Amino acid sequence: MSNSTLKHKQTMERRDVLKLLGLGTIAAATGAVVSAPAMATPESAAKLISTLSGTSSYKSGKISLKMPDIAENGATVPLTVRVDSPMTADNYVKSIHVAADKNPNPEVASFHLTLASGKAEVSTRMRLSKTQNVVAVAVMNDGSVHRVSRLVKVTIGGCGG
Amino acid sequence: MARKPRVKLPNSVNKGQVVQIKTLIPHKMETGQRKNKKGGKIPRFIINKVEATFNGKPVITADFHPAVSANPYFAFYARVEESGTFKFTWTDDKGKTVTTSKKVAVK
Amino acid sequence: MIGRKVLSAIAIIGLGFTSGFALSVSSANAQMNEAEKRAKDPRNKNYMVGDKNSGYVYMTSQTRDMQDDDFANPGFVWVDTGESLWNKVNGTAGKSCASCHSSAAKSMKGVANTFPRYDPKTKKMIAIQAYLNRHLGEKMGAKKWKWESENMLAMAIYVKLQSRSTPVKSIINDQNRTTLAPFLAKGKKFFEQRRGLLDMSCKQCHEDNAGNMARSNVLSMGMPNGFPTYRLKWQKPGSIHRRFVGCNKNVRAKPYKRGSEEYTNLEFYLMQRALGLNWETPSVRN
Repeated sequence: MSNSTLKHKQTMERRDVLKLLGLGTIAAATGAVVSAPAMATPESAAKLISTLSGTSSYKSGKISLKMPDIAENGATVPLTVRVDSPMTADNYVKSIHVAADKNPNPEVASFHLTLASGKAEVSTRMRLSKTQNVVAVAVMNDGSVHRVSRLVKVTIGGCGG
Repeated sequence: MARKPRVKLPNSVNKGQVVQIKTLIPHKMETGQRKNKKGGKIPRFIINKVEATFNGKPVITADFHPAVSANPYFAFYARVEESGTFKFTWTDDKGKTVTTSKKVAVK
Repeated sequence: MIGRKVLSAIAIIGLGFTSGFALSVSSANAQMNEAEKRAKDPRNKNYMVGDKNSGYVYMTSQTRDMQDDDFANPGFVWVDTGESLWNKVNGTAGKSCASCHSSAAKSMKGVANTFPRYDPKTKKMIAIQAYLNRHLGEKMGAKKWKWESENMLAMAIYVKLQSRSTPVKSIINDQNRTTLAPFLAKGKKFFEQRRGLLDMSCKQCHEDNAGNMARSNVLSMGMPNGFPTYRLKWQKPGSIHRRFVGCNKNVRAKPYKRGSEEYTNLEFYLMQRALGLNWETPSVRN
C-alpha cells in the first residue's frame, strides 16, 4: 500500500468512508456477477432453442420427451425424444434439439437425422444440476418446429456417499 | 488399457427394416465446471460429436455438450435397405476420433 | 461448489435428525408409499428372497431398466476391459489369467461367494482386490493395481460377473467355523457400532429403517451382491469399500482405508446377511 493511500485513509472523513463502503458493495456485487459461472435461465434456454430451430413459434404435439418425473440422480438421467413422423422424403424430421433451463449451460444435445434414420427417436442420458425444465424441439423438413417441455425434479439425496 | 466403445445392432435384418442401434463409449465427459483439489478449474474435455454412416452415407449425427452424462449412451434408429457396414465415429474436444464398424446383412 | 457443500451438509443434518428422532414418523409420510410400491412391483420378485431385498428393489424403474439391459448398463464397459485383461499376458512370468484358469466362465463361476476369504498367510480375511494383487505379484510377476483403478474394477467385475444370477452362498462350514467366527463377529460389531458426529451405525439405517426414507432416498438393506456397482452418482463403477468410505463420511466419521481389516471384516459380515440373494455384479445403483 502506498504512502498517499495511507495518508488519505488517515484523514478520511465519515462521508468518504460511507462513499467507499458504497463503492465497495457495488464492486463486490459486480465481482460476484463476473466470477460466478454463467447459469442457464429459461430465457437463455428459449433463445438457444430459437436459434437452433430458426423460429420462435412452435407447434405442440407430435413430439414426446420421456424422462423420469423425479431423477434418481442428477448425474445420469435417461431421456428419449420421439417424434411422430413417417420419415419419408416428403415428411421427415431434420433435427432434434434438447436444452435445459437451469444447468450451467442451456445446451444439451442436437441430433441431425436423415431419411436413413427410418424412425425419429433418440435416447441418451443427461446431467441435471437441479430441478428444472428440459425442452426438446423437432425441426421438420417443411420448416415447422414442434416443441415439448418437461419438469424434472432433482432431489438432494439423503446418502450422497 | 484403452477402453473400447460398445455398439449393439442385429447382424441380419429384413430389407427395409428399421432397427435400433445402441452405442456407448467410455468417457469422463469432463464438464469444465469442476475444480481440482487446488481450486483450479479442470478443463472441459468431452466427446462432442457422434456420427453414424451406412455404406458411407450419413444416418445420424449427434452434437453433445457437457450436459451429456459420462460414458455417453446414444441410441437411435436406422432403416436398412441393403447389406453393408455401419461406421460409428466419436470425436473429442482435442479432435481425436475413435471409430468402430459393424456389418449388417439383409436376409 | 460452496452452495452444494452447504446443501449436502443440510442434507446430512436432516439425516441425523430424522434418524435420531423420527425415522418411524417419516415412514408414515407419502413418500413411504413410494417405497412400498417399489417393494410390491412384480419386476422386483427375483430380487427379494425371504425378508431380504437387493438394492435393486429400492431403485426407480429407469435405473432398473439400465441394469436389466446389459447394453444399457455402462458397467459392461468394464466387463469388456476385464475380459481383455483376463486374456492378456502380463508380468515377468509371461502368463495371463487365462494361462492358468482358462475360461473365466467356467473357472470363476461361484468364485464371488468365496470373497472375502480367510488368508492363512496373514491370518486375516482378504478381499478379492487384495487377492488379485497378490496373484499379480506372486504368480505373474506383474505390477499391482490400485484398489479403485480401472483395471482392478474391471477384473473384480469380470470375475464376479461369472457368478451372476446364482445365489450368494456362505463359505462357512464345520471345518472353518471356528477360524472365521472372530472375523464375522468383528464385522457385525462394526455394523452395529454407532460412529461419527451423527452417532449412527450401519444397522440403524440399513436394518432398522430399511425401506424408509432418508430425505429423498429410500434406505436399502445394505446388500453387497451387486458390487462393484455402477453408481449413477459416481458415473463409474466402484468397490464396496468405496461405498463404506462414503457412508462413513455421511455420518461424519473418519473413514478407514479401502482394503483395511475393518472394511474387509464388514464386507464378510454383509455377505452373510445377503445369503440367498442373487449376484448382480455389475449392478446399477443411484
